[in-house]
Amino acid sequence: MAACSVEDVLAKAEREEAEKLKSITVTKELELEFDVGNLLALDKNPAVLRDPHRDREELLRALARDNAQLLVNEIWKLPAERADDVLVVKLPEPSTRLPREKPPPKARPPTKWEQFAKLKGIQKKKKTNLVWDEVHKEWRRRWGYKRAKDDTKEWLIEVPETADPNEDQFAKRNKAKKERVAKNEFNRLRNIARATKTKVPGMGLAPRAQQSKNELAQAISVAKTATASVGKFQERLPKEKGPKNTGKKRKFQPLLGDFSSEKQKQLELLKVMESKRPRVDMTKAVNKQIREEEEEEGRARRSKGVGKKGRRGKGNAAGGKGKGKGSKGPKGPKGGKGRNPRMKQGKR
Amino acid sequence: MAQLDGVVKPKTKRSKRFLQSREPKLVEDLKNAMIMKGGNTSETVTQALKDIFALKKPNAVLYKKKNIMRPFEDSTSLEFFSKKTDSSLFLFGSHNKKRPNNLVFGRMFDFHVLDMFELGIEKFKSLKDIKNDKCAEGTKPMLVFAGELFDTDNELSRLRNVLTDFFRGPAVPAVRLAGLEHILHFTAADGKIYMRSYRVLLKKSGCRTPRIELEEIGPSFDFVLRRTHLASDDLYKTAHRQPKALKPKKKKNISHDAFGTKYGRLHMQKQNLDKLQTRKMKGLRKRGGAVVTENGEPTSPKKARTRE
Repeated sequence: MAACSVEDVLAKAEREEAEKLKSITVTKELELEFDVGNLLALDKNPAVLRDPHRDREELLRALARDNAQLLVNEIWKLPAERADDVLVVKLPEPSTRLPREKPPPKARPPTKWEQFAKLKGIQKKKKTNLVWDEVHKEWRRRWGYKRAKDDTKEWLIEVPETADPNEDQFAKRNKAKKERVAKNEFNRLRNIARATKTKVPGMGLAPRAQQSKNELAQAISVAKTATASVGKFQERLPKEKGPKNTGKKRKFQPLLGDFSSEKQKQLELLKVMESKRPRVDMTKAVNKQIREEEEEEGRARRSKGVGKKGRRGKGNAAGGKGKGKGSKGPKGPKGGKGRNPRMKQGKR
Repeated sequence: MAQLDGVVKPKTKRSKRFLQSREPKLVEDLKNAMIMKGGNTSETVTQALKDIFALKKPNAVLYKKKNIMRPFEDSTSLEFFSKKTDSSLFLFGSHNKKRPNNLVFGRMFDFHVLDMFELGIEKFKSLKDIKNDKCAEGTKPMLVFAGELFDTDNELSRLRNVLTDFFRGPAVPAVRLAGLEHILHFTAADGKIYMRSYRVLLKKSGCRTPRIELEEIGPSFDFVLRRTHLASDDLYKTAHRQPKALKPKKKKNISHDAFGTKYGRLHMQKQNLDKLQTRKMKGLRKRGGAVVTENGEPTSPKKARTRE
C-alpha cells in the first residue's frame, strides 16, 4: 500500500508539473529561430489562415500568442540580474546581419610632423600643465592667456648691435609672431587638405546641387574651350548663343575697308583735339572720386578697429600717405555743373 | 559654417558636435527614418504614415507637405532628403488609380538607395480605431515573423531584413523583463503579409516564465507586395563590411584540454641549471664541513661555493 501511495504521489507530482508547464509550453512542428539580441523570432511553420470555423483575426492572434510565448520563454532562459530593484536580463549580441548606414570611417592620414616623428622615433612627451614663472613668482599655464614666459608683454627690449637703431623692435616681434601664427595656420589647413584629399577645381567645374544659369554657362564655356584648338572648331547647338563676354577682347576693323567711315573718324578726332572744351565728364569723374574716398575711409576705419590702438603714430602716417595718393586721382579742372569734391577729411 | 565646395568647416563647438554626430562611426546605432507623402495621398495612407511615425517616434521625421516624386524611377530627390536629415530609412506613401494605397519601405547605404519595397495596403485599422491603452513611446518591440515564405522566398527574406531594420529599437545591452510590452507580428500567407501589433500581458503561470496574453493595440495592416528593388549582390556585401577594429581580437596562447582546463604557454630563456635560484629550506641546509651558501646566485668564480 505504501508503494502504491509513493507511486501515486510521484505520478501526482508529475501531473502537477505538467500542468504548470502546460500554460507556457507551445508545440510546433518546426522550432523557431531566435535572435534574442534583437528580440526577434522567425517561425518557419506554414501559416494556416484558412480555417472556416475561426475568424482570421482569431487565428492570427492565436499564432501571435504562441510565437510570443516561445520568444518570451527564450528570453527568460537568459541569466537575470537585479539592478535597482528591477529584474534585468543581459541580451546577447544580435545575430541578424543588418547592413550599415554609412561606410566605415577611414583612418586619418598622419600629418607631416607625425610622419617625421614616426620616422625618427620621436615619442610624445607629456608636459606639465603649469610652469613656474620667475618674473611673477607664480605658477602659470604653459601657453595661452596669462602664460608663463610671454614674449609680447615685455616692456624693455635691448636693441641688438647689428640692428638698425631706428627699427621698432616691438613691432618686429609682433610681426614675427603674426608670421608664425599664419604659417602654423597654413600648415594646419594643408594637413586637413591632405587628409580630405580635396582639390578645389576651377570655377564652374565643381557641380553643386542647384546651379544658376550663369554658372552653367561658365561651365559650358570652360568645357568648350578645353580642346587643343581652344574651342575654335566646336559646333554650337542650333539655338545656343555665342559667348557673351568671353570672345575676343578687341575687334579691329580691316585695314583697307570702308574709306568713308575712316575719313569720318579721322576728322572727328581732329575736331575733338582742337576744341577747348574738356572731354572729361565732370559729374562722372567727381562721383568716382567721392566713391574712392569713401572706400578708403571705410578700409581705414576697419583696419583701425582690428589693429592695435597704441600704434597710432605709425598707422596715421601710412594712412595719410595712402589717402594722399588716392586724392590725386582723376581731378580735372573744376567745372561749373559738377559738384565740388569734398574737402579731404583728416583721420577721424 | 564656412563652406568650401562641399567641405564644411565648423566655427562653433555646437556645429562641430552636430557634424561629428553625422560622420560615419565604428559602431553604428539606430537609423533614423523619414516618412513622406507623394503627390496624391488618400486618407488611409496619411493615417497609416502617422501611425508608423508613432511607432518609430523619436527617430523619425514626418514631412507634412506632399513631395511629387517617384522612388522607383528617380531616387535623387530621396537621396537629397536623406542627406539633409541624416536618415537612412524612408517610408513613402502615395495613392493613384493604378497603385492604390501604396507604401514604399526603403533603406539607404551612404545616402544611395539600397533596397525598396512597395507594399499595397488592402486593409488598415489605425491606432485611433482600436480603443485600448497603448504602450509607451519608444519601447523596444519584439518582432516575430511567421510563415515559411519569409525564409524561402528571396524577396520576402530581404523584406524581413528591411522590416527588422525599420522597426527594431535601439540596440541595448540589457532589457528590463517587465518592460517587454510591445510585439509586432508579421505573417506571410496567401500572397499577403499581415502585420499586427499587440500589447503583451504577462500573466502568472506556475513557474518562473510567465504566460503571455496578447491584446491588440496599434495599427494593423494587410499588405500585398507589389514592386521591389533589391540591391545588387556586391553593393549588399559592401554595405555589410565591418571595420577591422570591430572584429573581436582573438586571444592567443590559450588552449583547453578535454577536461576544460585552461592552458597557456610560457616562453622562457635558456636557464643555467647550475645557478638556479631555489627555495631555501632551512632544514636541508648542510651543517658542519661544507661551506654553506645562503643563496644559489651566480657568484664570482674565485670563491667556490657549494650548492645546497
